[in-house]
Amino acid sequence: MDTPVKFSRISRAGSAVLVGALALTLAACGSDNNTGSDAGTATASASAPAANISGTFAGAGSSAQQKAIQAWTAAFQGQNPNATINYDPSGSGAGRDKFIAGGLAWAGSDAYMSTDEVTKSQTFCGTDGAIDIPVYISPIAIAYNLKGVKDLKISAENIAKIYTGKITTWNDPALAADNPGVTLPSTKITPVHRSDKSGTTHNFTDWMNKLAGDVWTNPGADAWPLQGGDSAQGTSGVAGVLSATDGSVAYLDDSGVTSDLETAKINVGSAWAAPSAEGAAAVVSASPLATGRGANDLAVDIDRKATADGDYPLVLVSYAIACQKYSDKATGDFVKAWLSYIVSADAQNAAAQAAGSAPLTGDLQSKAAAAAAAITAG
Amino acid sequence: MTTTPTSPAAPTAERSPRRRPRRHADTERGFSRVFRWVTTSAGVLLLLVLAAVAVFLVERGWGALVASPADLHANGGLPKQYGNLLAFIGPLVFGTVLAAALALLLATPVAVGIALFVSHYAPRRIAGLVGFVIDLLAAIPSVVFGLWGTLTLSPVIAKLWAWIADVLSAILPGTVNATPTGRSLATTSLVLAIMILPIITAVSREVFKQTPRLHEEAALALGATRWEVVRTAVLPFGRSGVISAAMLGLGRALGETMAVLMILSPGLGYSFQIFDAGKHQTIAANIAANFPESAGLEVNTLIATGLALFVITLVVNMAARAIVARRKEFSGAN
Repeated sequence: MDTPVKFSRISRAGSAVLVGALALTLAACGSDNNTGSDAGTATASASAPAANISGTFAGAGSSAQQKAIQAWTAAFQGQNPNATINYDPSGSGAGRDKFIAGGLAWAGSDAYMSTDEVTKSQTFCGTDGAIDIPVYISPIAIAYNLKGVKDLKISAENIAKIYTGKITTWNDPALAADNPGVTLPSTKITPVHRSDKSGTTHNFTDWMNKLAGDVWTNPGADAWPLQGGDSAQGTSGVAGVLSATDGSVAYLDDSGVTSDLETAKINVGSAWAAPSAEGAAAVVSASPLATGRGANDLAVDIDRKATADGDYPLVLVSYAIACQKYSDKATGDFVKAWLSYIVSADAQNAAAQAAGSAPLTGDLQSKAAAAAAAITAG
Repeated sequence: MTTTPTSPAAPTAERSPRRRPRRHADTERGFSRVFRWVTTSAGVLLLLVLAAVAVFLVERGWGALVASPADLHANGGLPKQYGNLLAFIGPLVFGTVLAAALALLLATPVAVGIALFVSHYAPRRIAGLVGFVIDLLAAIPSVVFGLWGTLTLSPVIAKLWAWIADVLSAILPGTVNATPTGRSLATTSLVLAIMILPIITAVSREVFKQTPRLHEEAALALGATRWEVVRTAVLPFGRSGVISAAMLGLGRALGETMAVLMILSPGLGYSFQIFDAGKHQTIAANIAANFPESAGLEVNTLIATGLALFVITLVVNMAARAIVARRKEFSGAN
């Protein structure tokens, strides 16, 4: 009766292997990081960085910079075949956080560091702390979808009134006054904003606050400060909602305006201006630097009230955040060469082609180049 | 387990009675023992993972839980209009529960209908086909539902919502608003309902199939119609199963992130304006939307909201278990 029946052909050793395999399967659920090395648009012959850089370097942060960084990475790695650059477009805040914690070679950020963050960066960067260098300028457009209406002019005050619900239809007298000769329908206005935190929102709300402070009382912020209203995630999300909804209006990164949308002109002084790369770069270049910061820190306080001919002050500036001094020589050499390259005219033009950004110009470009060159290592 | 006398090995395999006391050892030898370890460690692993998640949520959310409201306003991403963290989590919890509850309300009757059709009404071939399609629906990733919801469904269904809102405005005191984009809680809940439909259907179908034939035949013998068979035999038997199925679906609806993130225009507040934009937000979608651009204490605040979601899910599941346990004795399932 008690014959030991062999139920299994799997030996004891075999079952141990089975258990091991199970454990491996569980452990294999790692996350893979995004790499920014798959861009092919840039053919810029870089002003060759002198040192031959090798190694793998990580950056993270602003998703606005992603397309530009893809172009720059392709060109930089062409010059330095032994260098590998990984950029994770996880968002400006996450990038700054990770950089301050010491996990990155450099970070990309749509906002310059707060003074608090500069202090915290001394843990990783040493007593000289970290610096902000502007590397990416992009005009923000006010886009709309309104059947049969083109070449609309919308002032900062009117767009603020639209977003605060004081103007609700397109044929409102305030809008009509700015658009003589244009027949505006009685369609309800659907303003759309970004539902995620974004540098675009920060610059747009700052612009409204500076130019129409009595209507838009909130200071510039990454998160949309008001409750209610339609919103969508990311530039493409907002563009999608605009395309699908007649009577909608929103602020968008200029490169994200799709062909089925119209772009409004905004008031610059007493004139009207459409978004342009040159106008955006001119405003940033003429804007004062933030005070009370390190010598090589080029945090720009954008002059929203610029009124020079051709200016377009509704603009986003994105920064590269790096240490003034790196204790690790390889990383320091890389960051110096990399940032020197991306603020160069070649790289800025490559980004303009790849991402529709505005190249750094004039005084600011030479200051940025000097700041990048002043980074030391070892 | 017993060896048959016809087996050639059997006659020679006579064992002495001495081995009898070692019965336990007999059933726990070789691979059987290893397999016992495998199953036990799988069970323990589940508890460990759950504990690890709970520890993570408490540990990373702690910073926000103990921070002063002033600190949270300055660095923690707490909107100015909320006095403290709980006041901020409240509307998020409200939005999460409302979205999931509406989805459940929409999905459960349809799912029970499909399950009954498959188990009791449809010809076998069609039943197989419907079951296959339902299982296929479960395999569609939520990001696809999100894309479909935001690009295709929202603009189209906005007109229906606007009409319903007009009718309701006429009936109810006050105005019911509807957004022309369709990116409202109503659209979100509708998509969530479609997403949880396969889970509820699949479980309900299996439960209804388990209805004892004797019960059904007895009902038929008493002259019951098909509907009366379903009402008196199938539904009472399957009730606790359907509740379990609904709770599984509710769990998915509560935690669904991607579809909500893509479809809903978020906003914080306690509002039943389900056709309007910017009135509601769910916890999971709020975390996903704000995490990338958050730093420091802001991350702690988000994780503290995640802790709230964890607690809600636990409470919902415990409530479901309690309901199922209470109903079991009346369901005829035993």
